[in-house]
Amino acid sequence: MSSVRADADSHPAGSATTVGPMLTVNDLSVAYEMDRGAVAAVDRVSFELYPGEFLGIVGESGCGKSTLLFAIAQLLNPPAVVTGGNVVFKGVNMVGLTDKQLMAVRWRDLSVVMQSAMNALNPVKSIGAQLKDAMRAHGVTSADEIAKRSAEVLRMVSIDPVHLKSYPHQLSGGMRQRSMIAMALLFTPDLVIMDEPTSALDVVAQRSLMVQIKKLQAELGFAIIFVTHDMSLVSHFSERLMVMYAGQVAEWGATRQVFDNPRHPYSAGLLEAFPSIRGKRVPLTGIPGSPPDLSQPQQGCWFAPRCPKVMPVCTEVNPDLYSVQDVQVRCLLYGGPAGGTAPADAAAPAEEMSTGD
Amino acid sequence: MSMPISGVTSTVGQPGPDPGAGPAAGQARAGTQGLARIGRAVRRNRKAAVGAVLLGIFILVAIFPGVIAKDSPSLDNYKPRLGVSTAHLLGTTAYGQDMWAQLVWGTRNVLIIALVVGLAATAIAVLIGVAAAYLGGAADGSLSVLTDVLLVIPLFPLLIVIAGYAHGGGTLVLILVITLTGWSYTARQLRAQALSLRRRDFLEAARVRGERQIYIIVMEVIPTMTSLIVASFLTNALYAVLFASSLQFIGLGDPNTQSWGTMLYWAQNNAALQTGQPLWAIAPGACIATLGAAFALLNYAFDEIGNPALRPVRRTRVKRAG
Amino acid sequence: MRFALRRLGFFLFTLWAALTLNFLLPRLMPGNPALAMLSKFHGQVNPGTIKALDILFGINTNQGLWSQYVIYLHHVATGNFGTSLDFYPASVSSVIGGAIWWTLALVGITTILAFALGTGLGMLAAWRRGGRLDSIMPPVFVITSAIPYFWVGMVLVLIFGITLHWLPTQGGFNVATDTPGLTPAYIGDVLSHAVLPAAALLITTIGTWILTMRNTMITTLAEDYVRMARAKGLPGRRIMVDYAARNAILPNLTGFAMSLGFVVSGAILIEYVFNYPGVGFMLLQAVQGEDFPLMQALFLLITLAVLVAILLADIATALLDPRTRAAG
Repeated sequence: MSSVRADADSHPAGSATTVGPMLTVNDLSVAYEMDRGAVAAVDRVSFELYPGEFLGIVGESGCGKSTLLFAIAQLLNPPAVVTGGNVVFKGVNMVGLTDKQLMAVRWRDLSVVMQSAMNALNPVKSIGAQLKDAMRAHGVTSADEIAKRSAEVLRMVSIDPVHLKSYPHQLSGGMRQRSMIAMALLFTPDLVIMDEPTSALDVVAQRSLMVQIKKLQAELGFAIIFVTHDMSLVSHFSERLMVMYAGQVAEWGATRQVFDNPRHPYSAGLLEAFPSIRGKRVPLTGIPGSPPDLSQPQQGCWFAPRCPKVMPVCTEVNPDLYSVQDVQVRCLLYGGPAGGTAPADAAAPAEEMSTGD
Repeated sequence: MSMPISGVTSTVGQPGPDPGAGPAAGQARAGTQGLARIGRAVRRNRKAAVGAVLLGIFILVAIFPGVIAKDSPSLDNYKPRLGVSTAHLLGTTAYGQDMWAQLVWGTRNVLIIALVVGLAATAIAVLIGVAAAYLGGAADGSLSVLTDVLLVIPLFPLLIVIAGYAHGGGTLVLILVITLTGWSYTARQLRAQALSLRRRDFLEAARVRGERQIYIIVMEVIPTMTSLIVASFLTNALYAVLFASSLQFIGLGDPNTQSWGTMLYWAQNNAALQTGQPLWAIAPGACIATLGAAFALLNYAFDEIGNPALRPVRRTRVKRAG
Repeated sequence: MRFALRRLGFFLFTLWAALTLNFLLPRLMPGNPALAMLSKFHGQVNPGTIKALDILFGINTNQGLWSQYVIYLHHVATGNFGTSLDFYPASVSSVIGGAIWWTLALVGITTILAFALGTGLGMLAAWRRGGRLDSIMPPVFVITSAIPYFWVGMVLVLIFGITLHWLPTQGGFNVATDTPGLTPAYIGDVLSHAVLPAAALLITTIGTWILTMRNTMITTLAEDYVRMARAKGLPGRRIMVDYAARNAILPNLTGFAMSLGFVVSGAILIEYVFNYPGVGFMLLQAVQGEDFPLMQALFLLITLAVLVAILLADIATALLDPRTRAAG
């Protein structure tokens, strides 16, 4: 095997107990500096990620999940800027590092997969040329090495290496997406961040891509942060799930917990919007209203205007994250001045909800 | 006289933002509201403000030349080749005329040409561009070929040839000739935007409502294109000023009209630069440049208004958080 | 391939349109201008010249319009443009032949230089967004793009020629003291005479390239694939050139085609101001001297040159953009 590939044995999937967290995000805040003032797109998000873990982040469009992702990878474009907190990856705080300083980590340890491969691949260069660029940027200079590794990663995602000479517009949508994933795995990084990689695909291609990703993860042992708006899709594959709303963490915990028994009214609403194909027939309920305008900060909980369980205190007090049985929820039903006066039915698992699939 | 820079990022088929979508992207409003919005945006943008002020000054001078220049421009019984003085702010020409008066009175001719050609060429461009986009098929094909051919054929040599056959002509001939040849650039841009608008939702809504095609075009499409139409007017006006002055400069306008271009013609004929009368050539040229700059600044400001990414940015520093 | 054929077809069509325009214009003008011109030269020209004029301008209309047209096209195809009246009895082709090289050298070199420099500066300005280059350049070059070419030429003449006496301001070389030949003295003289006209042309045209490149580059830098390149840790220079500029320059190349018309007009005026012996200057002389055969031929020549330049820009685009190749 080529020397580019890291030793796969050092990252067995799911070995969360033997080592500390690989990635720690502490109170990360990102704002967009506009003419009319700064708009907070991400507000004090914190979480930990262990080697080999699959973390899903879900939320509506505009909830800040993509911004969060780019903030973690230090890929923000102006006018977005990190306004607080830090991102500690393998012991190093990445916030504030220059591109040069980040080069050591980029792609070798942390790679990115974006939503639309048509936009994320340079249209005037062949796939092979782009792979070569990445390898040469990290010290691989032998033409032999480059050719071997390029063919290897393409085969990993079931693409015939003959396509090294192809240009992005010559490939199908699914192939483009897979070649992006192949590119991301060039150096078998420890963490792959994926921003809605399946959103541009049809349902069948989505499924097969997810299965392929999961298989690769089992083989190579990398951790994944997977951002999507499709909660049911990611819940099948992730170990931990984070629900975001208005730039804040709304709910966060083990997938099984969050998915089976969503505590935040928003998470519950999201789940009810995706009916199960095999479960009982339930009336489809959306979440009324529209996502909030983050440029108008308001008193109290962001979700209050749309919440079916809203209480008077919700429009006065900004809820913190409260722990409920290994899950963190940003809702006054579970803590704060209301004293956790959660109505009885919120704690019990809802019978109507099937576990999906 | 370089190619107008606005809108190059938005020619058909190129990657880039939606051309001239303007501050009211996606919403159809009556033309007047669009203009009001543009007015506000112009006031806020510094380049646009400078351009607008300059243009305003020229317009005032054109309307009230007598207020600023006491002499008649054709009066030629002064002593020739006088230098700058309080009596003659720019001196006198080789024929004994007051240069300042000529400069001031010449503004009218230039602005008339700019305005008329600007409006006429833009009208033709809107007509052809939007029609091509909406008629589609063979009509679009032939209109597009016509536009492209006129774009490619070098216009200034063509203008020279035509004016040459006509043994030069007065202002009317200039206006006619420049208008008939100069609409193609903006027509292309307008067609591109009209094409992209065709697929927009609010137009689909109008179609579903059962509105007639003509109604849709006039009441929905064109108002949305207000920003680009205004930009086209500015482009055509700029183009008219530069080409008309150039034609007059080489003697193909009527040398007896009062205009900056004709002043340059006489200056060149009398070797003004070489005989110690540089102002005779420099002053009208500077005026042309300034008026042109006014149009160009306004035009560029429109590019920024339509595409916020081009606006000046402040350098942001990533906060080093602990 | 199909794309290339379509473009070629378009060019041939445009060439034909220019030829036809040339043919129709004098016949459409009120009072055939050729007749007036002829009376001026009456008695001085031989029958052969009159016949050529007939073909070009339709003076003796004893033939139908269509047959005139056919003969005209035939003459053009064989390179027969008649006899020049100003330079009688030299043929138009020979007269033009002398002037072409001057213009090609001046305009060709300056345009390429302006394009290269302008694109490079625009790329750098966009790359360092908010830097000094980026804040100064746009307003400055917006203004310079509106300045008439000839005025810049005049200002340069005034400053460097007349006031400072640093550089010559008239002609291609010093006719009084030099004879053409590959001598260092001659070449040096030619170069010194070319500096001011070239500078004028450069100053006025470079603004467009800088600004359009900057604008397209800014848009390109916001694209996902540039962000991806950063994510991969590619060195800054490579991202700027290979990922951003290579994509941003494509609309510029298309714009190059459209701006050629303006470059041509600028060249004509600058040659006029500097009395530079190129085809532009010759065109103006022809107009003033009513040498219509020469005028016509020059118009066709300039059109042809522009078409060839556009074709070259198209080829460059196809080389740089694989999507265009695929479309063809």
